[in-house]
Amino acid sequence: MNALALLLVMELGDRFALMGVVLGVLLTAVAYTVYAERRIAAFIQNRTGPDRVGFDLIPQLKFLKGAIGLGQPLADVIKLLMKEDVVPENANKFVHALAPLISLFAALTTIAVVPYAKGVAIADVNIGILYILAITSLGVYGITLSGWASNSKYSLLGGLRSSAQMISYELSMGLAVVSVVVLTNALNMGEIVESQTSNPLNWNVCRNLLGFIIFTTAAFAETNRAPFDLPEAEQELVGGYHTEYSSMKFALFFLAEYANMIVACTVIVTLFLGGYQVPFWTDAPWFVQVGAFITKTLFMMFVFIWVRWTLPRFKYNQLMDLGWKFMLPLGLFNLLIVASTIVIFGNSLPLSILNLVLVALCVAGSFAAKPQSKMA
Amino acid sequence: MTKNISDGVETLPLPQLDEEERAAKRKEIYAALEDRDVTVQPATDDNGDPLENSMVLNMGPQHPATHGVLRVVLKLDGETVERAVPELGYLHRSMEKLAENKTFHEFMPYTDRLDYMSPYSNNTALCLAVEKLCGITAPPRATYIRTIACEIARISSHLLWMGTMVMDAGAITVFLYTFQEREKIYDVFDMLTGARFTVSHCRVGGVASDISEECANYIKDWLKVFKKKLAEWRGLLDRNRIWIERVEGVAVISKEDAIGIGFSGPNLRGSGVDFDLRRDVPYMAYQNFEFNVPVYENGDCLARYFVRLEEMAESVRIIEQALKQLPKGDVRVDDAKQSFPWKHEVYHSMEGLIHDFMMTDTGLQPPAGTEIYHAIEAPKGELGFFIQSDGTGHPWRLKIRSPSFCSLQALPHLTEGGMIADVVVAIGSIDPVMGEADK
Repeated sequence: MNALALLLVMELGDRFALMGVVLGVLLTAVAYTVYAERRIAAFIQNRTGPDRVGFDLIPQLKFLKGAIGLGQPLADVIKLLMKEDVVPENANKFVHALAPLISLFAALTTIAVVPYAKGVAIADVNIGILYILAITSLGVYGITLSGWASNSKYSLLGGLRSSAQMISYELSMGLAVVSVVVLTNALNMGEIVESQTSNPLNWNVCRNLLGFIIFTTAAFAETNRAPFDLPEAEQELVGGYHTEYSSMKFALFFLAEYANMIVACTVIVTLFLGGYQVPFWTDAPWFVQVGAFITKTLFMMFVFIWVRWTLPRFKYNQLMDLGWKFMLPLGLFNLLIVASTIVIFGNSLPLSILNLVLVALCVAGSFAAKPQSKMA
Repeated sequence: MTKNISDGVETLPLPQLDEEERAAKRKEIYAALEDRDVTVQPATDDNGDPLENSMVLNMGPQHPATHGVLRVVLKLDGETVERAVPELGYLHRSMEKLAENKTFHEFMPYTDRLDYMSPYSNNTALCLAVEKLCGITAPPRATYIRTIACEIARISSHLLWMGTMVMDAGAITVFLYTFQEREKIYDVFDMLTGARFTVSHCRVGGVASDISEECANYIKDWLKVFKKKLAEWRGLLDRNRIWIERVEGVAVISKEDAIGIGFSGPNLRGSGVDFDLRRDVPYMAYQNFEFNVPVYENGDCLARYFVRLEEMAESVRIIEQALKQLPKGDVRVDDAKQSFPWKHEVYHSMEGLIHDFMMTDTGLQPPAGTEIYHAIEAPKGELGFFIQSDGTGHPWRLKIRSPSFCSLQALPHLTEGGMIADVVVAIGSIDPVMGEADK
């Protein structure tokens, strides 16, 4: 028995080590994503943002003192840990405590199948992409249960919005994923990245731009980020599902939200932006590949943050309309085009050209659209 | 001529009911009040099925999107609003009653707290009403200073409206953009009046102090920057698909309903009624300026949005013209019976001191029995003061016609049948300020 355990540790030791590293990096990254979000928001809004907290107590880190506020995430975490944990009187205490755990669990587990460099993933499973779809669907339970368990009307509305939204957008997300699977002929995340090669023109973003747009939009909805942040719409539902949460439970939701965002970015990068592939450098060393992967992820995260501080929020019915009447048919249409091109031409070059035409049409259309209100 | 106004009150018939009947009546009234103000009855036939009952959601008075302490009780069917009952009074400070124990000048700082986004307009409205009551004409320079300050206050108020309304729709960034400009407006008021927020700069018969060269130049420079910023914001929002979809066709009110409910100002013009007191009943110096009155027909939130945006541009035009035409001369009536004497007169002459004392202690005494209503085009709409005088220095009755109060009664009309997200946008689009609605 002991020998078996030893064998298991030897066999999976590197995986465990990698898991430790990835979790450590991810959780730190979450904290600093919050900081980055606040700084970028401040930049967009002509403000300064957090710039006070440094690491003055640690002599070696005194040089970080300059007004960049790198200690802010740490201070925030300490503050959240110290706060009183308020649970509403008539809440279902067990579910109330369980909900943030589910949210965080779903957010942190998804990252397991994402490859960071060639052959480096916590779990290199053959059905990686199905695993991602399955686990991200679980995340909705956390939000819906928290909305129900809080025994608050605002939270309930937030939870209901969230479940409807997630279900609606999962379909178009799935269709975008299927188009990628058709293109790359693989369900394994590593193979999907490999098939995109180091030539950026071969990345799925060029071959399947429509799919990229659909997937990214659905990812915004799945992660509850603006302009799809209806479950927590401050102006309507005060805080939505996390209105009744405080202290570390709230922090867990906060962590889950940002972890979700990072994970969504890594998945987008893997599926569409060539994952760890370095442009024009086949078989780059692993650290360069990891660097490329991180750079692409950071870029996508910047896009997430940028969009949040630029666009207004959708209304509930508009969100549903967009999901069911626009994104779903578009996803089907895209799948049809991708599949028929592969069948007829045998390669994906016509797709790239088609995508360019589509982009041009969309841009022209958005410029042609004008508000309808007229002056008397 | 000397009619005793209080006669009307004294001769009211005394209640003729016996004790029991009165108690029952009182109970009925309280029940009705409670029903109207505090509750929206959920479906009564409780058959145990939670899905068959409507949800009653209490929005406010502590809610981030109700612009202060407005409370709206919503009866919901899913996300759709079936009924909306606005409840006011959480910021009631009984201003009208307070006015009855104050001289007109003493009451001035209270008007700052009416629509605290544009205190100067409120000061001016009170002063114009009192001047009309007493037959005082302010010197032209004072009128121009008032006009300039009122228009700046209008821009300030519309900027706050813009920021908060767009924020209600979920875009927080615009709020901070507009607040940076409002900060400069506060600097202008600081230079012009000595106070940033509650200015109390107007006086009956003029204004408290002259506009300095420095201040005029600052305004001119700021206007140049502001025009660019305004164009920038319009570029951000005017054709933003999400924004347009959020506001277009939302909270529609027809021309007839708008007039019937008592809309005024930008809200009324958003419904296609071409009426602006500045142009149609000119007061102060408005007849000397060229400006357009933007009118949109749709009556939805988008129309109100465009009306206010274009009004800001027109205000810029008015201020520019006013600064160019600014006449020379006194800024207060040189008649100690009508307005405060200058400080140097107070300090260096016996008459000045006596007049100052009389003006502070007794105040202006309009003829007994006179009453007046004067309204101006405040940023939120028609702000009117109705004053009845009994010949003393205090008004016998002072009634404030506040635009926010009238606009808010349209809230059920605007929001019923919409969604929760429309409620906050509708509240934002009619631009209520609770200080003014509750008085």
